[in-house]
Amino acid sequence: MPETQVQSDEPLAAEHEADFAAIDKARLIEALARVLPVGALMYDPEDLRPYECDGLTAYRQVPLAVALPHDEEQVVAVLRACHEQGVPVVARGAGTGLSGGALPHDRGVLLSLARFNRILHLDPHSRTAVVQPGVRNLAISEAAAPHGLYYAPDPSSQIACTIGGNVAENAGGVHCLKYGLTVHNLLRVRGVTIEGEIVEIGSHALDSPGYDLLALMTGSEGMLAVVTEVTVKLTPKPVLAQCVLAAFDDVIKAGDAVAAIIAAGIIPAGLEMMDQPATAAVEEFVHAGYPLGAKAILLCESDGTPEEVAEEIARVRAVLEASGATEIRVSGSEAERLKFWAGRKAAFPAAGRISPDYFCMDGTIPRKRLGEMLEAIQAMEGKYGLRCINVFHAGDGNLHPLILFDANRPGETERAEAFGGEILELSVALGGTVTGEHGVGIEKIKQMCSQFASAEIRQFFRVKAAFDPPGLLNPGKAIPTLNRCAEYGRMRVSAGHVPYPDIPRF
Amino acid sequence: MSDSLDPIVAAWADRIRAAAADRIALHVRGGGSKDFYGRSVRGERFDTTDYRGIVAYEPTELVVTVRAGTPLAELEAELAAKGQMLAFEPPHFGSGATVGGAVAAGLSGPRRAAAGALRDFVLGVKLLDGRGEVLRFGGQVMKNVAGYDVSRLMAGSLGTLGVLLEVSLKVLPRPVAEATLRFDLGEAEAIGRLNAWGGRPLPISASAWADGALTVRLSGAEAAVQAALADLGGERVGADEAAAFWLGVREQTLPWFGAGVGGGALWRLSMPSAAAPLKLGGERFMEWGGAQRWLRSTEPAGRIRERAAQLGGHATLFRGGDRSGAVFHPLPAPLLAIHRRLKDAFDPADIFNPGRLHQDF
Repeated sequence: MPETQVQSDEPLAAEHEADFAAIDKARLIEALARVLPVGALMYDPEDLRPYECDGLTAYRQVPLAVALPHDEEQVVAVLRACHEQGVPVVARGAGTGLSGGALPHDRGVLLSLARFNRILHLDPHSRTAVVQPGVRNLAISEAAAPHGLYYAPDPSSQIACTIGGNVAENAGGVHCLKYGLTVHNLLRVRGVTIEGEIVEIGSHALDSPGYDLLALMTGSEGMLAVVTEVTVKLTPKPVLAQCVLAAFDDVIKAGDAVAAIIAAGIIPAGLEMMDQPATAAVEEFVHAGYPLGAKAILLCESDGTPEEVAEEIARVRAVLEASGATEIRVSGSEAERLKFWAGRKAAFPAAGRISPDYFCMDGTIPRKRLGEMLEAIQAMEGKYGLRCINVFHAGDGNLHPLILFDANRPGETERAEAFGGEILELSVALGGTVTGEHGVGIEKIKQMCSQFASAEIRQFFRVKAAFDPPGLLNPGKAIPTLNRCAEYGRMRVSAGHVPYPDIPRF
Repeated sequence: MSDSLDPIVAAWADRIRAAAADRIALHVRGGGSKDFYGRSVRGERFDTTDYRGIVAYEPTELVVTVRAGTPLAELEAELAAKGQMLAFEPPHFGSGATVGGAVAAGLSGPRRAAAGALRDFVLGVKLLDGRGEVLRFGGQVMKNVAGYDVSRLMAGSLGTLGVLLEVSLKVLPRPVAEATLRFDLGEAEAIGRLNAWGGRPLPISASAWADGALTVRLSGAEAAVQAALADLGGERVGADEAAAFWLGVREQTLPWFGAGVGGGALWRLSMPSAAAPLKLGGERFMEWGGAQRWLRSTEPAGRIRERAAQLGGHATLFRGGDRSGAVFHPLPAPLLAIHRRLKDAFDPADIFNPGRLHQDF
């Protein structure tokens, strides 16, 4: 009896990829040209090329057109035109994302928010900033700095990535164990739906009536609405930050030390781990002075008032000693603290230096399984005949194993893909997730199938349809259709070219 | 998948499917401690208290997974035994409060402005939707961006989207040191002071203002609390008195919240922290660094809402008054349309707590 009803409300979009073949490019350009000023619309192939990929350069796609609106009214008009003609729209910030979330749709419009680059209002008294989505993450902290405030989430690409992209990806960083992710630091998002309706989600109060749409919007990868304005919370800057560097002669011991720090009731501002090959790779690159004999090193940061930091560092040191650290160094100056971090931040470029190609994984696992994961990865190195260097946001169990390979050697790419697939499969099996902070995008879309059952995937499609009934915002990303659930994919950095090589990577 | 074989879950799924087929409204309810909250609800009682117990708790993971019917007090005692806590300090409002009820109500206590809201600590949920399907979202890890954040959507949804089965919550260590200070200050001065302090790295974990007295709690490392005590001045409140006071704020058992005072309904105004005093008739009690303002007032709902909106916030008829009207601040049309479609996505037959959040859902 109820079975028929269960069948009847299944969203069709959940089953098959939508077909946009019938879209008429000339008609689309004509409609967009009517609503956009000169210079805000591009459709010549050579103008479209710079937009063909984001930070995930292995995937490239040229859109039908690129729209660069100047204001919200133009965004509304572009979305209405696309809605009317059934054209997909992919929003894009700085394009630094690592999962292909801003990969254009070949039958769609790429909507760049690059011109939305103004900080509209910064109120030090209520510790809030109202910014346009194209404002860079770091620019907010720079503007807040004279008031002793900053915007806490600090994704590695923060000098280039935009707040709109941070909202779309629910960006993290090295300090999120203590200060939270993007979702914890937003008050309000203003956006436009595919139907051209303006929605105000959240407010300058701490909560809003109704369902928590702000949570849904955050990390929705541009699939629910196009963000045109964001209000973020600003946090008082800690007076002092100090970093402890600890060396271990065994990776398991280092993993246990991470658990012991948490068990002691300490929430460090940052807690990072690197294995020996990673340490060696970055040391050669940045000369941070890391102990090369150590099997693993931990970086543990403490921030707060000088009294608070001294108290916490003493506690951290005691725990590390009891956990068998072979060497403990405490940064004695800001310069030394930055030097400790320099190596960690250089891990991605360092991988690019020592290997022609690498895949970066982004699984998260319960902290207690770190040792197990590291041992399994070691075994996989033998199995696949490839090296893997490991950098972890150990405090929150987020792993970035970097699988090194050479695409020019026959079979290596396939072996590296299988290697990465096994790591992600293991992340899910250990009680974790396939993506901690890089997003699903196009890169991990197939891996979503191992994490979610078909009932949940159908539900995701229904949630999308509640915001975007025709399914035109970033179609084909983040949530796989049931037909697509088949195999694993992963991030690929081609021929040693790290996307945005000048950005520190965490 | 083994959980769907749990006899309680299986029976609930059957009941939901049958109710959906016959369009029978279900009043999903834990301990009933928050029956007063939201709009009045109709439907057959659907008691969730049988599905209880802590599923997984390892203090070093900072995560606990609990069945929704677990008494909140039982969970808190378990966490306290390991030196940890629910940092959002959820109000119980009665001895029977359950974890699922706390999540569904979405209410946070005195520590909210400093530590975050209940929704900030929800990492994952398992629920039964209106089709009787078991769905899992999020998980047990801190960082997880796979799929839409449906887990947090459940916080404050008042049971209108599904029956919560399990929730995974982030937990935090209890602070090493705590101290409470009191200041004689008027409302406007208190708002100014709280916002100024908010811009400095001070370990303020709670604040409460009423009747010309501002009470502030400091929590954190011993050194940080001592430094703040020396910095802020004010009059130190004894530890026992302070503990009783903050419990009274959280549970609304302080004399201020007594029904007799001032008369009228109890309104909750969620405001920008620096918003000016309300200037509405009635008694005022302020928390969360200025961001949560309680008002016991006989003023008409329209006037209270208008003033709240004018100052950038919203007003909820928290206790008393007309529970059949718009208890929550009205939603603008585009958001209301999204709400209706979300409700339909989770509960197509409209059986879960119909009307509790809004007259339509």
